[in-house]
Amino acid sequence: MTPDHNGFDSATLWIVIAGMAVGSFALRFVFIGLVGDRPMPDWLLRHLRYTAVAILPALVTPLVVWPKATGGALDLPRLLAALVTVGVGTLTKNVLAAIFAGAATLYGLLYLL
Amino acid sequence: MAFSPASSYYWKGFRDGAPFILVAGPFGMLFGVLATEAGLNLTETMVMTATVFAGAAQLTALQLMQEHAPTIIVLASALAVNLRMAMYSASLTPFLGKAPLWQRAFAAYLTVDQSYACSIVRFETEPDLTVPQRMGYFMGSVTPVTTAWYAFTLVGALLGAQIPESWALDFALPIAFLAMATPMLRTSAHVVAATVSVVVALLAAGLPYNLGLMVAGLAGMITGARVELVLRKKGLWT
Repeated sequence: MTPDHNGFDSATLWIVIAGMAVGSFALRFVFIGLVGDRPMPDWLLRHLRYTAVAILPALVTPLVVWPKATGGALDLPRLLAALVTVGVGTLTKNVLAAIFAGAATLYGLLYLL
Repeated sequence: MAFSPASSYYWKGFRDGAPFILVAGPFGMLFGVLATEAGLNLTETMVMTATVFAGAAQLTALQLMQEHAPTIIVLASALAVNLRMAMYSASLTPFLGKAPLWQRAFAAYLTVDQSYACSIVRFETEPDLTVPQRMGYFMGSVTPVTTAWYAFTLVGALLGAQIPESWALDFALPIAFLAMATPMLRTSAHVVAATVSVVVALLAAGLPYNLGLMVAGLAGMITGARVELVLRKKGLWT
């Protein structure tokens, strides 16, 4: 099994694709398809409400603090770009505005520093 | 009202969903580019994008595969990112649960951030809609996004290899995810959940098999649910 991709091989990729395709559909179908119009337990809905705001920051934080492009060293342009993205996202509640502000910060500082 | 055809609601949904092209287009292109950079060929990229149909989860899987995470961790983490789809599915069920099964299966596949966000607002503000009208609206709202997502993934995949390293695309994913997550911080429970997840992600970064992500995600979810309960008891939940 020689990796023909960046660190993984085709077989692994297809397993991941198949697993994600089935799993993603199952997650979307479970309530609307299987539960129909029966009520759902509160505790479950309460935890599901926080999945996105818990998982996305957990994924991003190590990439911000230890970026691979700098060999894991804290990098001022990337750190500030992340903070600006969060700041603009909080102020405007606008995904696109946050992305543009973050990208502008990153490119501006990469160019200046 | 009962005589207003579902098709007119399809076009209402289409109009409300159209602005999201501005989000889905660049995000699809980003996935196409990063997938190509990770070594996926055109077929692999497009099959993944069409069958999984969830950009954040797809990018998570790409990232973890390149970090040599075990397959089971890649799948668990990517599906954890998609857990919010289960929440959308649950939230749409009271409105669409009486539609025929084949329509519900179709709607399930098309449940994404944008179609959910559009539809739930419309369904709650117009409680008298019939189920076919709701389904028409839902399908309409997701049509522009879906088209843009496929088309721009393809564009990104075709461009992918030509993009120079100076574009710092390594950091496109963090910026995109932070921009998506920040506007979701609607209540103090969400803010505390995200903060705990960041702190635990830093503390648990040394765990093997990228388990830090799962641990931090679970810690954030449990914290958010707890804070919500406490706030409800104190009557501070709105």
